[in-house]
Amino acid sequence: MKNLIKKLTETSSPSGYESAIREVIRAEISSLSTNIKVDALGNLIVTMGKKTDKGLRIMIAAHMDEIGVIVSHVEKNGLVRFSNLGTILPQYLVGSRVVFLNGVRGVINQDRPDDLHKIMTQDKHFIDVGAASDKDCPLKIGDVGVFDRGFVELGKRVSAKSLDDRVSCAVMIEVMKTIKNSPHELAFVFSTQEEVQSKGATTAAYEIEPDLAIALDVTPSLDIVGVKMQVDLGKGPAIKVRDVGMLSDPRMVRWMEETAKKNNIAYQLEVLDIGTTDAKVMQISKAGMPTGALSIPCRYVHSPSEVLDMDDVQATVTLLTALLNSPVSLE
Amino acid sequence: MSPQTKSTFKVGKAQLDLLEELTNANGVSGNEIDIREIIRKKVAPYADEIKVDGMGNLLVVKHAKKPNAIKVMLDAHMDEVGFMIVEEDGDGLYEFEQVGGGDERQFVSKPVCVGSQKLPGVIGSKPIHLATDDEMHSVISQQSMRIDLGPAGKGKAKRGDYAAYATKFIRSGDAIFAKALDNRLGCATLIELLRTAPDHIELLTAFTVQEEIGLRGAMVAAYDFYPQLAIAVDSTPAFDFERPDGNENTQYNCKLGGGPAIYIADRGTLSDPRLIRFLTRIAEENKINFQYRQPGGGGTDSGALHVTRGGIPSVSVSVPGRYAHTAVMVARISDWQDTLTLLQNALAAVTPEILSGDRA
Amino acid sequence: MKDITPFLLTLLSKPGLSGYEQSVSEIIAEEWHPLVDELTISPLRSLHGLRKAASKKKRPTVMIAAHMDAIGLMVKSVEHGLLSITTIGGIDPRVLPGQLVTVHGKIDLPGLVQLIPDRLINNQTSSKAPEKSQLFVDTGFTEKELDGLVKPGDVISFAQPPFELTGGYIAGHSLDNRASVAALTLCLEEIKNYNLDCNVVAAATVQEEVFAVGAATSTFSVRPDLAFAVDVTFAKGPGSNDYRTFPLGEGPAIGLGANNHPALTKKMTSLAEALDIPYFIEAMPTSSGTDGMAMQISANGIPTQVIGMSLRYMHTSVEMTSLKDIARTGRLLAQFITDLNPDSYKSMFEEKSS
Repeated sequence: MKNLIKKLTETSSPSGYESAIREVIRAEISSLSTNIKVDALGNLIVTMGKKTDKGLRIMIAAHMDEIGVIVSHVEKNGLVRFSNLGTILPQYLVGSRVVFLNGVRGVINQDRPDDLHKIMTQDKHFIDVGAASDKDCPLKIGDVGVFDRGFVELGKRVSAKSLDDRVSCAVMIEVMKTIKNSPHELAFVFSTQEEVQSKGATTAAYEIEPDLAIALDVTPSLDIVGVKMQVDLGKGPAIKVRDVGMLSDPRMVRWMEETAKKNNIAYQLEVLDIGTTDAKVMQISKAGMPTGALSIPCRYVHSPSEVLDMDDVQATVTLLTALLNSPVSLE
Repeated sequence: MSPQTKSTFKVGKAQLDLLEELTNANGVSGNEIDIREIIRKKVAPYADEIKVDGMGNLLVVKHAKKPNAIKVMLDAHMDEVGFMIVEEDGDGLYEFEQVGGGDERQFVSKPVCVGSQKLPGVIGSKPIHLATDDEMHSVISQQSMRIDLGPAGKGKAKRGDYAAYATKFIRSGDAIFAKALDNRLGCATLIELLRTAPDHIELLTAFTVQEEIGLRGAMVAAYDFYPQLAIAVDSTPAFDFERPDGNENTQYNCKLGGGPAIYIADRGTLSDPRLIRFLTRIAEENKINFQYRQPGGGGTDSGALHVTRGGIPSVSVSVPGRYAHTAVMVARISDWQDTLTLLQNALAAVTPEILSGDRA
Repeated sequence: MKDITPFLLTLLSKPGLSGYEQSVSEIIAEEWHPLVDELTISPLRSLHGLRKAASKKKRPTVMIAAHMDAIGLMVKSVEHGLLSITTIGGIDPRVLPGQLVTVHGKIDLPGLVQLIPDRLINNQTSSKAPEKSQLFVDTGFTEKELDGLVKPGDVISFAQPPFELTGGYIAGHSLDNRASVAALTLCLEEIKNYNLDCNVVAAATVQEEVFAVGAATSTFSVRPDLAFAVDVTFAKGPGSNDYRTFPLGEGPAIGLGANNHPALTKKMTSLAEALDIPYFIEAMPTSSGTDGMAMQISANGIPTQVIGMSLRYMHTSVEMTSLKDIARTGRLLAQFITDLNPDSYKSMFEEKSS
């Protein structure tokens, strides 16, 4: 599974520009279903199975886009100013490298600071691609790029860019490979543009019209000195109770907890005060549907070096498989 | 000498009902009449003498069955912190002042009970939707708050009416949630000790007024009784929380679950060391959970008792309670039970000899 | 008219936090059951009560919606026997110290919201406005007693019991918006014995206080021809006296502005005048801040009107409103419904060139 995560995270596909990652994923799953679609917003929708009388139509979403940068201006001296695709955190910028979809590489640095102890805002940063002047610069307004950072193993943990949310894509691919005899019609959605307000999941949910929805994403874990968080690395997937965008349906939380207990899978409960996921938009699609989310604990989310624990990833595969393999009874 | 057998005081339904009745009733400093009436009825079966003095203190005596008995005074204040209506603002809204010390951050979003007619009212605050960012980061000042009886409460309350929090007593396992546990816990303790008083002491109990605004009642009650020793029974704050910075909490005052807190020193009193030693010995011999309250600020009626007339050896024993002087306090039944056990055993064992040596 | 107070007091005694409305939904379903032809529950568990038109022919459908969820707190973690918390819905942290709550853990436990004492905070010389991060819930239980009873994600509701004030006013938590649920109930009572020439869907919606999730999805599935969002608005009171506030107990507020369909605003004001019901026009320059926003933009767009009673101390545990205004709101809605038929519906929305 590490190889798959490596392959997925080393692909460059920021929000709105997901074709590269879509093709990598399509190659992985093309043999698993005859019902594979790409919709108008670029979502890759893979449907498996038919809804039986004991089953439901369930949408499972993991987003395949990642945060990125977009060129807003090239200065006369060849330095490149940029805007963001999704939430870029300025503290992770200085010294980072970026790679653009046209192959150009660059390094990020900042204007001269007035106060060395303060983090400067994004507009005070620039990308240096080695150009001596604007004429000489291989980038123009609108070019998009992502962090340039390879995958590394750190013991049983791994670090890469875009583990948010390629790790969930990997989990979904694994589940699709292992799942058998599910009573449900399963619509696996590799969604686009999650980092810019879940645009992909919005339209996918409208078209699919599921009975039930589950989002897969990472959740920030800062189980490090001086910060109190309730979600730790290595203690299992987090069942989301709430984030700032939605309250999970309590019936879904109960179902997920009970399934985890029944299968002896360690899990945590997530009450998050920052961020949200594709679950937010699925829950309110059309007449609405019971919606929940599984989160994989992840440190340094939205940095070029996100870190997570492979045990949590494996446990998420096990839990999701268990959830989808049996009839669902909420209440 | 045979070892003393511990007599354990059991707090049961009767004691909790008593405490519930006392905490649900209102007795803001200067207006203790409702509390006094409840206590007067409760102590009547056990008392030999009951009187109300010129300040409103309720003085209850239970005589010794033997001559030349030691005169022991127990003191507990009846009053609680609260509010007074000072001005009508139209539309059922009233300006108010505090009676006794309170933190204005604790006032809003609470029901209150106003005046002798017990009018229901609330202290509200501006809706979050209408509050500016600046306001959200400022303390809501008491001057901006109003007691609100609703538009039909116009003209119903008058200047000088007292108002108290309208909190109702809740029990949850060993925990109690109630207002005015400071110091109805003390009042209930004294009532129970009157009921179970030993024969060899002259027991003088004072349910005092106006402690929260300057120990005024205790002063005159002690003058009247002039006992050989006095114990003030009160409730003392437990600040037993983790510090947000992670450092050790060295200013907890006392701890919930730690048993009765024996005072050594506070802002107003250096407790009589002979009485501290005596109570400590009783606690240790009987294996009663107890703690020393951290020496420091704060104070009880002892501050008035020990300097009355020619001086009275005095000490304070308090039941730990969290969130004193707010709408809801939290205390533990086990702490109260240990306090009753300590004091009951102390009364049973007290003799003039414990004061025979010099003070220190 | 029926005395709605006992029902309202029951509603106010139920937790029913956003996302966890079942306890209050059950009470409403019980009350509405004899008043409607069909009761259904949406996928997100909004409650829909349908009163059918007498005729089987096509008749306009009017939706009257009030959210039933309440603001509250949620456990973030259990630390040394105390609960660290976050809020569900908008709550000013300054109203939380000293608040009695119920912690809905494995069992329901009484609790109290409090502040870290100033003496334990570094360099804190004067009292600062409480912030969410300094607040905790104390159950009075020791760390050991609490073990296994409470976990992250457990919800915490206000436990302040509701009570009546002198002269027809009521105070308690979650009068926003259970007062409106009471108004809908009075309306259903009032139209009970009428043969209707329109369909009525009374909706008790979920999750208004968080994301207006319930109203959006309910409106999408009901597809009414027109809709009322019944919700509370601000009463004049201490610190609240600008144009957004209305005298308490002197009549409902009828919304005016982009979120309201002008034809409905006009109809409601003229109805109020005809019935001699006092009212106020609530100017809503951009949006109403109610379920009406999500309802209006649902599906192909629904003519929507916001109406409700004013209330003091919104989003505190001592919200205060007028029983009379609840009745007036119910009466206005009932009159609107009994007047509605295909012809009046059509003429109401005819564009008249001026």
